[in-house]
Amino acid sequence: MLRIEDLYAGTQGQDILKGIDLEIKPGEVHAIMGPNGSGKSTLSQVLAGNEAYDVTSGTVTYQGRDLLELGADERALAGIFLAFQYPVEIPGFSNEKFLRTAVNAQRRHRGEPELDAFDFAQLAKDKMALMELDPDLLNRSLNVGFSGGEKKRNECFQMALLEPSLAILDETDSGLDIDALRIVSRGVNALRRPDRSVLLITHYQRLLEYIVPDYVHVLADGRIVRSGGKELAAELEQTGYGWLEDMTAGEVAQ
Amino acid sequence: MSDEKKMLQELSDQEYKWGFVTDVDADTVPPGLNEDVIRFISHKKNEPDWLLAFRLKAYAHFLTLTPPRWQKVQYAEPDLQAISYYSAPKQKEKPKSIDEIDPEILATYEKLGIPLMEQKRLEGVAVDAVFDSVSVATTHQKKLADMGVLFMSFSEAVESHPELVRRYLGKVVPHTDNFYAALNSAVFTDGSFVYIPKGLKCPLELSTYFRINAANTGQFERTLIVADEGAYVSYLEGCTAPQRDENQLHAAVVELYVHDDAEIKYSTVQNWYPGDKDGKGGIYNFVTKRGLCAGDRSKISWTQVETGSAVTWKYPSCVLKGDDSIGEFYSVALTNNLQQADTGTKMVHLGRNTRSTIISKGISAGRGDQTYRGLVKMGKNAVNARNFTQCDSMLLGDKCGAHTMPYIESRNSTARIEHEATTTKIGEDQIFYCNQRGISTEDAVSLIVGGFCREVFQELPLEFAVEAQKLLSVSLEGSVG
Ligand SMILES: Nc1ncnc2c1ncn2[C@@H]1O[C@H](COP(=O)(O)OP(=O)(O)OP(=O)(O)O)[C@@H](O)[C@H]1O
Ligand SMILES: [Mg+2]
Repeated sequence: MLRIEDLYAGTQGQDILKGIDLEIKPGEVHAIMGPNGSGKSTLSQVLAGNEAYDVTSGTVTYQGRDLLELGADERALAGIFLAFQYPVEIPGFSNEKFLRTAVNAQRRHRGEPELDAFDFAQLAKDKMALMELDPDLLNRSLNVGFSGGEKKRNECFQMALLEPSLAILDETDSGLDIDALRIVSRGVNALRRPDRSVLLITHYQRLLEYIVPDYVHVLADGRIVRSGGKELAAELEQTGYGWLEDMTAGEVAQ
Repeated sequence: MSDEKKMLQELSDQEYKWGFVTDVDADTVPPGLNEDVIRFISHKKNEPDWLLAFRLKAYAHFLTLTPPRWQKVQYAEPDLQAISYYSAPKQKEKPKSIDEIDPEILATYEKLGIPLMEQKRLEGVAVDAVFDSVSVATTHQKKLADMGVLFMSFSEAVESHPELVRRYLGKVVPHTDNFYAALNSAVFTDGSFVYIPKGLKCPLELSTYFRINAANTGQFERTLIVADEGAYVSYLEGCTAPQRDENQLHAAVVELYVHDDAEIKYSTVQNWYPGDKDGKGGIYNFVTKRGLCAGDRSKISWTQVETGSAVTWKYPSCVLKGDDSIGEFYSVALTNNLQQADTGTKMVHLGRNTRSTIISKGISAGRGDQTYRGLVKMGKNAVNARNFTQCDSMLLGDKCGAHTMPYIESRNSTARIEHEATTTKIGEDQIFYCNQRGISTEDAVSLIVGGFCREVFQELPLEFAVEAQKLLSVSLEGSVG
């Protein structure tokens, strides 16, 4: 599905990602954890094609194609979805119009007929019910005035509509109440199929109780410094990231 | 440069698609402005003496004026002696039917999407086509005449209804109003005349389409619309011009006169040639537009979508004289590349319980610069008058500018004035968010801008709202990055 090799990327001449290697196979769920500022969001943005970041070296292959060759919209059309840590507000652009345009862009890309407003309303209604989202949010300006939790659930609602092959969730669990966490997890689990993969960025082991990962990675200072199974998350919850200091100190000492 | 920016750059360099020149034989006076030229125009149009006198009086006053300098636009002063003040496509007589019009001109309008031929006419819209200085055709004339609606070129109205023209001409915009209004009053060549009789709600949209074709000419048209008691009309105006290296002057005057319980809805989609991306060429659009709500409970609504012209300088205004009269101004102005616009409105409240609404949306892209300038004036008898103004600016990129200059004068303590203003920027993060959902940059920009302008677009007649949206997308191509 996705293979990242020795990826360096950053902004303003400064690398933030310093040699990432990661392979995600179809059907797998990978979790990325790590301290604030370690580069988790940067990785998700680079994968999604945000041009604010420059890739300085390394390769990313997605479904056999060179991902870095594709523009952000082409990546989305190829099935990559990013649930943003900070969803963007667009005043005057309704959530409905935004999503209908997005769904139809994808349908057009697949050679399927576009949905009219009525068909879309039906589809949206079902998916909103799944996310237990207030249908009124559909008619409001995109993310404007949405509560923190509503924004996160709106991201998952979009994911449910677009049914991506690779879903990247950047701290979608942060700021959610217990019920919302369960709803969001249900949404992600509903999407799981042998041909779809998920990359979860989170700070909390709690989410991983609902969405059980196949692998857990620790990102620190732009590198994956540890990888393991789901039990690594539980261990991190216990130990925190203090051990990282020793590790880097050790590396420097060598 | 990123791929996205490159693509946008290429799109923005695309040609102004209305910029072709039509090859017709024209009757053009040599450049120059003097009394003889004015007499020539008047003679050429077989005008009555009172109209020549009106022109000469305006010219005499014009000679005492200097060009205005207070607006926030910079341009090379047009050389008024280098302009030809009369250019008309050569034809034997005034065409009696559409079949007699030069096929080249008909083809021009076809190309612009405005069919004049009987069988292809727009349903529900009557069109008056003005080519350079003269009106070449008016569609649906019989149907309108049966209802008692007068919709014809200004010259025709002078011939067939001189008493009406004389009664209203210059009553809303006197020749003393400003430099360009004085010039227009002296040298105007043609334009549209509309009279809606008492009690009639005109079922057709009336539309005038202006096309400047000849080089080195100015276009000085005069539009006069009168809605008698209880009448209603929706009037649309569209404009394009060929692409030329030099600047061309367009200095029109529009007067609206509204009696008791009557309403005029006036919509403009202005797309004059804006000049190239380096600012070469383009139209100077210096227009005086004003409506008088003379009667009680009368209403005027201006809606404008301004995307063209190198320099735009205009303030469609309402004088709310009748009690309970209403003035509205809805505007979208876009400046891209090196375009400049200083536009807004004036709402002058004289009567009791008069109300006005101003919704202005300014979009600046490229190195475009624009100013909203609005005056709300409450006279001493404007008891309980109300104004609400909302002025929103959107910036695309960081080389453009937007300025808001509201002026408020109130001489009545019961009058209430509200003003809101916002400035937003289309951010790369917003574009990226749309891209990430599979929406192309072009679609994202046009949807975001469309959302920004929604309140204004919904005031336009439906098919024109669609046109306006498209026009905006085309004018904006290449402006993000
Ligand atoms: N656009 C940017 N411009 C400048 N610095 C940036 C930019 N994006 C990220 N950085 C810097 O790169 C580092 C990594 O940021 P990133 O957002 O990827 O961290 P994160 O792991 O997602 O952190 P958190 O857990 O707080 O969300 C930080 O030091 C941040 O300040
Ligand atoms: Mg982050």
